[in-house]
Amino acid sequence: MEQLIEQVASGLANGAIYACLALALVMIFVSTGHINFAQGEMAMFSAYLTWQAMQWGMNFWAALAGVALASFLIGVLVERVILRPLHHAPILSVVVVFIGLLAIFHSLAGAIWGHTIKEFPSPFPHITFAGSGYIGPHQIGMVAVTLLLLVALFAFFRFTPLGLAMRAAAQNPVSARLAGVRVDWMLALGWGLAAAIGAVAGSLVAPAVYLEPNMMASILLYGFAGALVGGISSPGGAVAGGFIVGVLENLIAYGGNLLERASGVYLIGNGEKLSVALIIVITVLTLKPSGLFGHVTVKRV
Amino acid sequence: MAALLEVDGLKAYYGQTQALHGVSFALEQGGITTLLGANGAGKTTTLRAICNMVETQGSIRFEGKPINGRATEEVVRLGVGHVPEGRGTFTSLSVDENLRVAAYTRADKAAVARDRDMVYEYFPILKQRLAQQAGTLSGGEQQMLAISRALMLGPRLMLLDEPSFGLAPLIVQEIFRIMRRINKEARVSLLLVEQNAALALELADHAYVLETGRVVMSGKASDVKSDEAIRKSYLGY
Repeated sequence: MEQLIEQVASGLANGAIYACLALALVMIFVSTGHINFAQGEMAMFSAYLTWQAMQWGMNFWAALAGVALASFLIGVLVERVILRPLHHAPILSVVVVFIGLLAIFHSLAGAIWGHTIKEFPSPFPHITFAGSGYIGPHQIGMVAVTLLLLVALFAFFRFTPLGLAMRAAAQNPVSARLAGVRVDWMLALGWGLAAAIGAVAGSLVAPAVYLEPNMMASILLYGFAGALVGGISSPGGAVAGGFIVGVLENLIAYGGNLLERASGVYLIGNGEKLSVALIIVITVLTLKPSGLFGHVTVKRV
Repeated sequence: MAALLEVDGLKAYYGQTQALHGVSFALEQGGITTLLGANGAGKTTTLRAICNMVETQGSIRFEGKPINGRATEEVVRLGVGHVPEGRGTFTSLSVDENLRVAAYTRADKAAVARDRDMVYEYFPILKQRLAQQAGTLSGGEQQMLAISRALMLGPRLMLLDEPSFGLAPLIVQEIFRIMRRINKEARVSLLLVEQNAALALELADHAYVLETGRVVMSGKASDVKSDEAIRKSYLGY
């Protein structure tokens, strides 16, 4: 029982990171209809920037705030400079550009900071509290920051004119232009937000997985899984999906361990977690193509 | 008095296909002008060309300023409200949000609030539907919302693309009645594209008839209406 709680708790913590990344993917998807394969590498790059700022003596939160802003600008720049000329290009050209971006950020990080693993201190204090046997302060911190981010984004999209304009531009670009909304800038803004969210995800996960250029590879896959399970068109759904994937992968490995101990048959364990995540995606998409929380827009003509 | 909108030698292209072959016309301040013609004559394309939604050549001047080549959103910000073909509803946003987006570019909160009241006065049904998802409105209500969105921009010129399309006759009458009020009370000039020529000529004071991307005749709406030859050959009634 204790182990079960532990597994769920750490699943939630991992899920928080998947949720952040899923959220970043959704940001770009809803405004452009593209899945940014380079999202994970961009987050990794941002994590390095945070690490660098801390090496220069900055405190974690100050560094993160600065890097989130810098990442926002990088995201806007990538959209304006690299993707803008591809607005009317076929989807495959865009995919190739995303893969190119992935390679660029990956090798750039390797070239600047090297490929050796770096330690990344947790920003959360090492304290003990009731239940700290089950879940560490860093894990609680990850969950809290993710939820905070979600609430902030929700408020931004719901209650600010700019957020409303971004939603309008994503939903009906032609009508948005006819309302005077500068749609092209809204897309760039979506990219910026995604990059900033990725920066938070990368900097938070780095203390858990250590800092190295490959750190985001499998996390991005989980992020995809989360986004698709929750519904790629819904930010809240993506976050829920991230948590679901995080908890589920741990529970499945836990179940596999129990089975092995009881019957001696090895069916599934920690090694198969990633495959399980992908099986979840395929299953959900087969049964419910719009995702668990994705909405099909009602239309009457 | 200078014309509100002057279009001169306007050509428009969809890729390789030329849809307008040098259309020229002018709109007076405060008037209601209608563009008539059969399917494919270039009526919708003309409206789209004014807002730079198609590739164009030629001259378009709004309040004396050349506007061709300006991005759609910049033309709109100058005071051109476009009620597009198919109504252009933001289906997943609420009615209230649809109206708020339309006023997104305006800084003058008091004027926006006044226009809000005006919209409610013209279309009281929208006030009751504020929280409703706009995609679930009826066709007529969506048309009212589209006109309201254009009004919320605070325009001086409103382009209307077939506001009667697919609506019951009673609703159409209601909408045309409001369009006249918008023209008279809010002092917005209208450029109306219609399939239903009889209805459009009733409302408009000036008419241009298009055929295959060219203006083939123009005149006072009352003259066009009473000219049987034109009616039979171009307007089909």
